Amino acid sequence: MEHIVTLKTRNLCDSAANGGCGECQTSCQSACKTSCGIANQKCENTED
Amino acid sequence: MIHQYKLGGYNIVLDICSGAVHAVDDLAYDLIAGFESKTKEQLLADMAQRYPTVPAEEIKSCYAQIEALRDEGQLFTPDTFAPMAGKFKEKSAGVIKALCLHVAHTCNLNCSYCFASQGKYHGDRAVMRFEVGKRALDFLIEHSGKRRNLEVDFFGGEPLMNFQVVKDLVAYARSREKEAGKNFRFTLTTNGMLIDDDVIDFANREMSNVVLSLDGRKEIHDRYRVDYAGNGSWERIVPKFQKLVAARGGKNYYMRGTFTHQNPDFVQDIRQMLDLGFTELSMEPVVCAPEDPSALTPADIEIVKQQYEELAELMLQRDREGRPFTFYHYMIDLSGGPCIYKRISGCGSGTEYMAVTPWGDLYPCHQFVGEERFKLGDIWNGLDNPEVQGEFAACNVYAKPECQDCWAKLYCSGGCAANAYHATGAITGIYESGCELFRKRMECAIMLAVARAAEGR
Repeated sequence: MEHIVTLKTRNLCDSAANGGCGECQTSCQSACKTSCGIANQKCENTED
Repeated sequence: MIHQYKLGGYNIVLDICSGAVHAVDDLAYDLIAGFESKTKEQLLADMAQRYPTVPAEEIKSCYAQIEALRDEGQLFTPDTFAPMAGKFKEKSAGVIKALCLHVAHTCNLNCSYCFASQGKYHGDRAVMRFEVGKRALDFLIEHSGKRRNLEVDFFGGEPLMNFQVVKDLVAYARSREKEAGKNFRFTLTTNGMLIDDDVIDFANREMSNVVLSLDGRKEIHDRYRVDYAGNGSWERIVPKFQKLVAARGGKNYYMRGTFTHQNPDFVQDIRQMLDLGFTELSMEPVVCAPEDPSALTPADIEIVKQQYEELAELMLQRDREGRPFTFYHYMIDLSGGPCIYKRISGCGSGTEYMAVTPWGDLYPCHQFVGEERFKLGDIWNGLDNPEVQGEFAACNVYAKPECQDCWAKLYCSGGCAANAYHATGAITGIYESGCELFRKRMECAIMLAVARAAEGR
């Protein structure tokens, strides 16, 4: 019986290897301007 | 670190440091809850008692699945990121890639809840001259290093009160893009009062995003968003917004509302936006001093948390009906979201992002404009406030003591520096009620992702 279903996610530990290009959106720029978070942003690294 | 919660009929387990998300049954949920604090024998015995109809072998098999996930680095992953926290900003020191251009410190509305004090930012009314904006764009290109994507927001006050300068600045930036090897992404944030066919044509051609201020229901919107004669703006702006969005051809936009003590039941305002035909939505809790009459009370916060759950249910319902809509804070790309550097480095204010006043002064972000201590320099002579620059360079999620045990830290990156400063006097503090709402939003956003996966969407 399947007790656990794991969603497909980006592994954050692995993302350290090729991360930090800095091309992604600055957090609240172009958006809410008051309640900052980064969860809803996209990775823009074209070298991944 | 893990975080477990039950929402929308799902049992959800987040492995914070790997980013893994698991939907589990009750047995696995309870096993995971006791996994680190009890011995295997104790835990299996407890589960045998709690689930008398489940065979012992089944419980052992579930335990083994949890062990396997731990061994694969998808459960109970240790937090090893602290030493990396300052690295990203160190590596990109001096690189600026985003500017908020305050093209108009004036406004044609007089909203009492405005954080910018009706667009004046506690100073004098002013509009930005083309020469100032041009120099700001040059400054951005000069300081952007190898970054290709540069973001520029036309902000205010009301930026359309200085529309010709906005148009001229976009034309200037476009003229420099190719030789500078840059890609400008522009955003216009507007209250809608001055939208006409010329604005619609320009915005839909040149703006990567437009942020349209609408608080939802007419009576809610018109409570705060009034002109200087005290007349509500809803009836004047809604048809303009509808025309702009209809002509936008699928390009990004947000209907962006603020909810206050007047309307903690903000899902009613979301429903109003949907009824008006808008589908890209954002509603933000008001940010103001606790004594302000618009401030959310502790009782409001509880209502708002319920509303976030109702909103998630509404989104699922509309998905099933083939009428989906987007809520800005529930957008979460679990497989393609930001890397760990971004997640621990903070929002970028005062380092890669700055605000420019109409006369060319630089501040860490739009919310610090007018706070003299935070002035970083100006676009003519560059940055000259190493003390404050250093504070922002050192500000990341591991520099905030209250964030250390928070399960949401890699989803928020430490939150808004301005909110933290206004709440605690330090940018490394936290804005507690904002955190509470952020955590609730993340729980709902991830539940939505789990539900959509379960429903094959």
